[in-house]
Amino acid sequence: MSSTSSTGPNSKQAQRKAAMTVLAHSAAADIAGRLAAIAIPKHENLREPENGLVMLRGRVGGDGAPFNLGEATVSRAAVRLASGEVGFGYTLGRDAEKARMIALCDAMVQSAELSGEVEAKVIAPLRAAVDAERSRKAAETAATRVDFYTMVRGEG
Amino acid sequence: MYVAVKGGERAIENAHRLLAHERRGDRDVPEVTLAQISEQLALGVDRVMTEGSLYDRELAALAIKQARGDLIEAIFLVRAFRATLPRFGATEPVNTGDMQVWRRISSTFKDVPGGQILGPTFDYTHRLLDPQLAEGFVPEQPMTAEASQAATPRVTDILGRDGLIETSPQAESDAPVGDLTREPLSFPADRDLRLQNLARGDEGFLLALGYSTQRGYGRNHPFAGEIRFGEVEVEFFAEDAGFAVPLGSIELTECQMVNQFKGSTTEAPCFTRGYGLAFGQSERKTMSMALVDRALRARELGEEAGAPAQDEEFVMSHSDNVQSTGFVEHLKLPHYVDFQSELGLLRKLRQEFAEANQAVELQEAAE
Repeated sequence: MSSTSSTGPNSKQAQRKAAMTVLAHSAAADIAGRLAAIAIPKHENLREPENGLVMLRGRVGGDGAPFNLGEATVSRAAVRLASGEVGFGYTLGRDAEKARMIALCDAMVQSAELSGEVEAKVIAPLRAAVDAERSRKAAETAATRVDFYTMVRGEG
Repeated sequence: MYVAVKGGERAIENAHRLLAHERRGDRDVPEVTLAQISEQLALGVDRVMTEGSLYDRELAALAIKQARGDLIEAIFLVRAFRATLPRFGATEPVNTGDMQVWRRISSTFKDVPGGQILGPTFDYTHRLLDPQLAEGFVPEQPMTAEASQAATPRVTDILGRDGLIETSPQAESDAPVGDLTREPLSFPADRDLRLQNLARGDEGFLLALGYSTQRGYGRNHPFAGEIRFGEVEVEFFAEDAGFAVPLGSIELTECQMVNQFKGSTTEAPCFTRGYGLAFGQSERKTMSMALVDRALRARELGEEAGAPAQDEEFVMSHSDNVQSTGFVEHLKLPHYVDFQSELGLLRKLRQEFAEANQAVELQEAAE
């Protein structure tokens, strides 16, 4: 199986990661709002939603050996659909319900039957909102780009 | 020595009740919300997250509210909270080169690739109090411009391409990373532990030490090669999922200090570096951290090391404001037993002194 195949395991994993990224960047209320618009399949909690910590790591000089910068709160959950797909939800912060919704979406993304709908009705609109917010900030930031010029010094 | 005392329960309870009342202040004044603290006192929240060593804006805001704005007390509260949750593991190291940059300046290259981006900064303000802010001020919407798609490489990466700056120390991918929340400090400490210590260290302490190096106590000729503030993605290898899952993004400030060069008969001279990294927009903190990080490398770089900022044991043992405040403030607790024994000893010494003097006087009178 080629890693570039659009149906290969790597592309599936990339799709799951892309969906997880959007979901992690979205507010729990927005995810809940989108999920309300689709039929939720039967599922059970495989791991009850819980809070914990992760140690955030940086690198010496930005690109060197890792070091421990400090911790962050995280939430995680795991959900199994009645059809068997197991989804995992991880997110910064203490909103365990958000982690559960991410896990549910991840399970649906893996389902051949449901992935089209969850992509179109949950992930895509959330992605559009996340991208719009990022573009707004990037445009505001760009307005503060400066061109310093140095004055000629000394006898002249 | 501190010996436990009993009693005073009712007074303590009433004191805490009074504290809650005073914390609320005049009840005719609206109560401050966590969202207000997080949004409008954002840099205080950043500091509490950084030195509390916990990235969680809402908890930091709560701590600031509970501590009545005493940031060191808030940091203490956040540190204590950390102990209540299990740790799932460590994230993949964040890539600051991929940062979504909200501010990025270099004092070494005016035409740095990716550009100089001022972002939201106090720099170039006149530091005049603004009476407009006293009440009901509505700021204008920010200006916008077309965002560049160009990459913003780290200035140190650009210098590194020509070998003009030392490379960052590397480690084997499975090498353990020192963690001073798990093992007590011991010396000499490696760079990973030093950076962890400095990252959570008191901003004021590091600022003073950094300043001391500029004034000549361990001079290392720094340039702010780059300061960048923005958002980086965080990934965590989740064993259940079997791959590195995205957790969302965090805001970080990074300072790359470019310092005096070093060379030897076998190595061409190149700039050396100091590094600072902190949660949120924490420029003073990361600049101070980078200065002190560089100063602490004195021995490694074969420099004379006699200044306080170059003394790893001194710096690392006194940088933590929770430890410092704990030990300084414990002096407020009852030390009655301890003090009684000191008092007893002092009375005895004074009596001996008086007796000795009397004896001398008698002798002198006799002579």
